[in-house]
Amino acid sequence: MNDIIKSIEAENSERRNSFPSFKAGDTVNVHVKITEGNKERIQQFQGTVIQRRHPNSNGETFTVRKVSNGIGIERIFPLLSPSVEKVEVIRKGKVRRARLYYLRGRQGKAARIKEKL
Amino acid sequence: MSGIIGKKIGMTSVYSATGKNIPCTVIEAGPCVVTQVKNDETDGYTAVQLGYGERKEKNTPKALQGHFKKAGTTPKKEVAEFRDFRVEFEGCVQLGQEIKVGDVFVEGDFVDAIGTSKGKGFQGVVKRHGFGGVGQRTHGQHNRERAPGSIGGASFPARVFKGMRMAGRTGGNRVKVINLQVVKIIPEKNLVLISGSVPGANNSTVILEK
Repeated sequence: MNDIIKSIEAENSERRNSFPSFKAGDTVNVHVKITEGNKERIQQFQGTVIQRRHPNSNGETFTVRKVSNGIGIERIFPLLSPSVEKVEVIRKGKVRRARLYYLRGRQGKAARIKEKL
Repeated sequence: MSGIIGKKIGMTSVYSATGKNIPCTVIEAGPCVVTQVKNDETDGYTAVQLGYGERKEKNTPKALQGHFKKAGTTPKKEVAEFRDFRVEFEGCVQLGQEIKVGDVFVEGDFVDAIGTSKGKGFQGVVKRHGFGGVGQRTHGQHNRERAPGSIGGASFPARVFKGMRMAGRTGGNRVKVINLQVVKIIPEKNLVLISGSVPGANNSTVILEK
């Protein structure tokens, strides 16, 4: 990438470093700011990270998957977005892939991820 | 109209205060030098000519060398004229004066970007003019999914009208994109971030107008 663009994106390095390191397979709890009218509240979304895209760029995103009432829900969060308040790592997972798309076709026991100790 | 000449660096994105991700083009704009000031008496209209980028003296025609010498600068790569260069500058633009991004734009301004679009080579009518193509593979089509169709009548008018849209060289034209917002200005590095995309390849010249 161009050095000039790198220097512009480096302005966000402080915020980037404020997040714990997490990758695909980890279980995270994302605190998202939600504005309703002029009130602001925090919503939590807990699930498994199935991918991180565009690493080290301003547009970096990560996808969190959870199963709620038997329905799989995936949410994509822009990492550097001001609406992402906090990311907590609940559990480290041991996986052999960077993109865990195979979880989408699995349920229950088959969708487990081993814990990294 | 005021403006500045610059070079396209590439694209990135920034977050607005409301959390929106805005795609931006980074442009290294200026510093430009005033190479000519046109006025009503001598030229019949008022305008300011700016120069940007360096070029070797040996590669500059003698006539242009003299033109730049008059302004007291080194030969410039790109020259562009801006008519009625901003009112606040009226009367205080001098030959050889340096113009920077911060002098011309402020954050939130809407600007037009002019560049030379990327060349695409010889292209068909679907890419070049946005034709729909035939739209199906069966019912008698065997090799004409992207064909232009009819280009006119028969014995009347017995010719193809001028300007009929056909296949040909695509891209490489001067393109102006209007109403792009200035998202951020970094004056110490002569950089300006403009929302959206700007015509042309990276490192190509871009003219920004307000």
